[in-house]
Formats: sequence, C-alpha cells, structure tokens
Amino acid sequence: MTDSYLIRGARPLGGDPTDLLLRDGRVVEIGPGLSAADATVVDADGLIALPGLVDLHTHLREPGREDAETVATGAAAAALGGFTAVHAMANTDPVADTAGVVEQVWNLGREAGRCDVHPVGAVTVGLHGERLAELGAMADSTARVRVFSDDGKCVSDAVLMRRALEYVKAFDGVVAQHAQEPRLTEGAQMNEGELSGVLGLRGWPAVAEEAIIARDVLLAGHVGSRLHVCHLSTAGSVEIVRWAKQKGWDVTAEVTPHHLLLTDELATTYDPIYKVNPPLRTAADVEAVRAGLADGTIDAVATDHAPHPVEDKECEWAAAAFGMLGLETALSIAQHTMVDTGRLGWADLADRMSVRPARIGRVEGQGRPLATGEPANLVLYDPSTTRVVDATESASLSRNTPYAGRELPGRVVATFLRGRPTVLDGKTA
Amino acid sequence: MDRHLLSAGDLSRDDAASVLDTAEEMRALADRPIKKLPTLRGRTVVNLFFEDSTRTRISFEVAAKRLSADTINFTAKGSSLSKGESLKDTALTLQAIGADAVVVRHHDSGAPHRLAHAGWIDGSVVNAGDGTHEHPTQALLDAFTMRRHLGDLKGRRIVIVGDVLHSRVARSNALLLSTLGAEVTLVGPPTLLPVGVESWPVEIRYELDQALAKCDAVMMLRVQKERMNASYFPSAREYARRYGLDARRMALLPEHAVVLHPGPMNRGMEITADVADAARSLIVEQVTNGVAIRMAVLYLLLSGAPVPSSATAGEFGPESPPESAETRHQSDPTAEEVAS
Repeated sequence: MTDSYLIRGARPLGGDPTDLLLRDGRVVEIGPGLSAADATVVDADGLIALPGLVDLHTHLREPGREDAETVATGAAAAALGGFTAVHAMANTDPVADTAGVVEQVWNLGREAGRCDVHPVGAVTVGLHGERLAELGAMADSTARVRVFSDDGKCVSDAVLMRRALEYVKAFDGVVAQHAQEPRLTEGAQMNEGELSGVLGLRGWPAVAEEAIIARDVLLAGHVGSRLHVCHLSTAGSVEIVRWAKQKGWDVTAEVTPHHLLLTDELATTYDPIYKVNPPLRTAADVEAVRAGLADGTIDAVATDHAPHPVEDKECEWAAAAFGMLGLETALSIAQHTMVDTGRLGWADLADRMSVRPARIGRVEGQGRPLATGEPANLVLYDPSTTRVVDATESASLSRNTPYAGRELPGRVVATFLRGRPTVLDGKTA
Repeated sequence: MDRHLLSAGDLSRDDAASVLDTAEEMRALADRPIKKLPTLRGRTVVNLFFEDSTRTRISFEVAAKRLSADTINFTAKGSSLSKGESLKDTALTLQAIGADAVVVRHHDSGAPHRLAHAGWIDGSVVNAGDGTHEHPTQALLDAFTMRRHLGDLKGRRIVIVGDVLHSRVARSNALLLSTLGAEVTLVGPPTLLPVGVESWPVEIRYELDQALAKCDAVMMLRVQKERMNASYFPSAREYARRYGLDARRMALLPEHAVVLHPGPMNRGMEITADVADAARSLIVEQVTNGVAIRMAVLYLLLSGAPVPSSATAGEFGPESPPESAETRHQSDPTAEEVAS
C-alpha cells in the first residue's frame, strides 16, 4: 500500500494528455511518460483532469434531519460528483448559529473524510432575522467559518443586512444572501408568470428576488463589504449583478445546475420533484443565467443540493418541500448546458466550479491550479460517455433528483482529496 | 374523452358537446317520477372531499346514486384525512377498496392531477374543484344552463366578473367557453386578475358597465372574505360599487341576457338580493343542472362512450354491461327506468 498515485494520460483542463504523480497529498510531478515504481497507476486515458470541485451551497441536514441526509452520506455524494469541498448550509436543527454547532458539523466532515465540509454560519440567531448570531465566535472556531447565510430565509431587514455586511469584514467573511422579499412571496409555489395563472399556483415573482439583490448590492457598495448572491435565477438578477460589478463593488453570485437547465414548464406536471426555491424560471431566464455564467457575471455553479425524504415529495405540490438533489449531477449538467453548447471551455468551467467558489469561501488548498507542489485535490472526468440517471443509485439518503430517467453526458471516474482517492472507477473508494 | 376529467381545457369541442348532449338526456330524467338508471350498477364512486363543500358533494352523490353506482363519501372531517393521512395513502386505500371513480375536491391546486398521474390508483379521477386551479364540472353545468336559455354558445358574449385570480370557476369557464366558441370577457380589479391573463383566450376589462350592454350572460364570482383584508381592494363597499351586480347594472343588460353565480353568494357584495332573485337569474337552475352534468360525466367516464344523439329507446338495461361495445353503440341511458 502506498500513498502515491500515478495518473496516466489525463488531460488537465481538457489540454494535452500527460501524467500526474500524486504523493504525500500533493502533486509532485507533471509530464508525459512519468514512472514511479511505488505508485498505484490510474489509467486516465482520455479523461479530463480538473481541480476538485468546490460547492458553495449544500444542505447536509445534520444535525436534525438525519432521515434526509447526514454529513457522511452527503459528503459521499459530493465526492461522487467530483467535489473535494462543500459548504454546509446553516438551516439545520439546531441551527448552525453558534461555534458549538459549526464545530460539530466540521468534525463530522473530518470523520467522514470524503470531502472537506465547511460549515456556513447563520447570519441571525435561529435564522429568525432579528439579531445577529455570534459571527465572530464561528469565525474563530476550529471550523473557521467565512461564509454566513440565513439560506432558506432572506435577511430582509435592511439594517440587519447592513450590519452583517459590515461586521464580517473583521474576519474577511462574506454574507451569502438568499434573496427573497418575504411579503411578495407569501405562500408562493412557482415562478409567477403565464403558467402560474393557468395552473392556479401562487406566483413567486422575479421582482421579489431582484428587489433584494438590488438593495443588497447598493448596501455592499455603500459599506465596502463582500456580498455573495445565492442561487440567482432571473434575467433581471443577472443584469443587476453585472451592473454592480461594473461599479467595482465586491459582489459575487452563484447559479444552480437546475436553473441552468430546467424551466417552469415542468410545473404543469404538478409533480413536486420540480418544486424548488427559488423556483424554476422561464426559458428566457435560463438563457440569461447561462450567458451570465459564460461572461463571468455569475462567478460560480453551486448545487443547492437539498435532500428531502420521499414523503415530503410524494404529495400535493403545495404540501411538498422545496428543493432537489444536485451534487452527483452538477458536473454533467454544467457540461451539458455550458461546455457542449460551446459557451465555456474546461478551464473556464474549472474556474466557475472550483477556483472562484474556493476564493469566495476563502477555502485554503482548494481551487488551486493543477501544478507541481499544489495540494492534490482533483477530479478525473469522462465527458464522452452518457448515463441515464437512476435515483436509487444515489449515495444521498434522499431520492429527490429531478433528473431521474434523463440521459446526461459525462461521468466522474475518480476524485482525489489531498492525494487520496475518495472515488475510483466511478465508485466510492 | 380522456379517462379523467381534470381540466376543462382537456375537453375538445366534441367532448364538450357530448357531455352537454348526454346531460340533456339526464336532465329529462329529473322530470320523471322515478329518477334512477341502472347504468353504473356495481360500480363504486368515491367522493373524496378534502375541503368543505355542500352543493358540489351532494350534487355528485345524487348523480352517482341516480346512475345506481355505489357511493362512498370521504370528507376531511371524521375520517383518516383529519388525522393527517397523506394523499398517497388515501389513494392506495381507495385503490384497495376498488374505486372505479374518485371525485376529488382539494384545497391544493393540482391535487386531482397528482391523484390521476402518480400511479397510485387505476380508476377515473374527476376534479370537483382544486385550489385556485379548476372546477370543470361547474363550467360544464354553467355552459349547459346558458345553452338551454341562449341556444348554441358560438359567438355568444359571456362576461365573468370578480376575483378571477383565486377562482377555479373562472379558469374552467374561460377554457370551456372559448372551446365552445363563445366570446369571453373577464372583468375585475387588476389586483384580482392573474399575471399572464393576457395570454388567455379572453378579453380583459377593468370596468363593468360597458361590458354589460352587449352581453348575453353575466357570471358573478364569489369574493371571499379573506380577500378583503389583503389589500386586493380598499373596502367591500368600494368593491360592490365598482364590480357588484345591482338593479341599476342589471338594467343595462339586453332583454334576453341571463345572470349566473356558482354559489355560495355573498348577497350585497358581488350581487344584490333583488338581482339574485330576479327572473333572469339562473342560480337555482344551475344547481339542478349540476346533477345532470355530473351524471353525464360519470356515465361517459365509466361507461366509456357518448350517447349517440340519434339514439331512441334502446335495449339498455341491467343485463347489458356498459362496457360492451355493441351495447354502447346503441345505448341510451334514459331509455329505461328501473325501480329502486
């Protein structure tokens, strides 16, 4: 047994085939025709090598809803999807609003060992939107929290949002806002538009997202803080973020794989597998978020992986939970919507799914170049194959994937976390 | 006709005509001393009501009984539904019992659609009103009622007034009436018209008086109490003034025009008492016609064939199963009465 791996014939960022030697957690040599007698050889002929993916937005449900997902199962699903680091959202039970809870999640991630699990801290106590949680304590804890979010709920109070943006500057943190004006979205079920009127489902208007993003970028500009916009979903939101970036404000944004692919037409089935927050939008919005991701207005693809038990989706639309799985299909969806369409090259995709998310989350040792001396976090991916998604095969405890039965391109063959395989031959190693 | 009736939009012009024609035959039955047919003997119709409803539930129950079906009522109160049983488990129970048709009223839009398409049950599903989505049998009985008074609805001008946003009756009517060739105008305050309504096959107006002068029928929608405190309009009084049908507005209608309301009414709000009780108001007749329409729908869904319009007294009876193609071809559900 060795801790050395010799990857043969991989194409870093889709470039020319070469060999990579991983040893002691680092990439120690890159070049054609390498040999190392003590190393385990991994045949990567034709596979693309990318830096390990980093997810800014994952729901791992532990503590509290271990029937839907645990840190261990979620991290396993992440590794199978090519991720070497994920950010675990704070809406657990208890809420991750204290140093104690974030350290627990951090430790669970370390024990699982499948990928780095970075807890996101709640902005407000209990996600109630009333007073700030102890952000500094979470930042100073062993979990070293840098991303703060009330995800699932919007920090709608303008003063509280301003204070949070200012306060996290002390430790280079970022506030990741779930942009949803609460009064405009009471009881909302799907995108407000032609279809919501016909289907009789209460509308979630684009303006409810855009109004909060507009306010927040202005606040971030005013106080000179870092703002990250979670799961942006509308054409108008892309425009606002583009404008804020032109102003030179420190604003970043993410889009989910499902908002890159799926539209509100799917609500006509009344099947809540397609119920998600923010809701699936129109084809014009899908086009706008793809364009925004291509030109860099949107910095990152983030999964918003949201596991739910079967009974929370096998029911009436309005009774169902919001959210869908995403970790194991994210790279395939990104290939399908961005690479296969010619909008992004593999290097750009690595930028949006690894480099920039790592930078936004201030995650050390992730999102690094595939170069000698760097930490050996990488994924080997076969873009030439296709597969039909089978929900029952997921490593997640939940089955709520909207892609079941769909043919998607690509397959993660291997994932390495600091030189050790977490996935080999497409299976958990 | 499809196996289910979920949306008025699923009905082709021929389907709709077939329901209305069959209902005409069923309606004739109501005037006979013995109002029962053997058509659905041995079939089980379940009324699954998750939401309070008096007239619709009773209407479906009477319709099923007049067709000799066995009926079972599941209502939210006093059943497993009030104990939080899921829609799926309820459906599996009904499947195990052997329900041939499930008539479902539900507070959530799309619940009948889920019931029909999730693979939980094999029987036919009839939407008896789902959330703010649709109420197709109400639209059919409205069309039936108007047709009896106005003749063919092609080219007829129908004005629907009020809370279109939350109205399943308005959605189903807009779809069915335009299928039947009528010209539909929706009138209401902009707050109570859904986003995207301009893509519906209707005309939109915010002002009522002008719409009334040339219309053949006006249908007033119920305005629910909870809308009054949600800023959809400033006050009940202002709503009644701008969108209520009172004697002055009724006088603007052409001589032949009729007034409908799906009930239950808020007298004094969307309709005044003198209009509700006027000769041209068809509100009570709508209820009578509701039974005939629901008989027609259950008959067509469960026996699977329209009644040929040329059919006269046939050999339809208890010994002739409705599934038989030959029987179906010459069957006339009203041809033979059976003592109960």
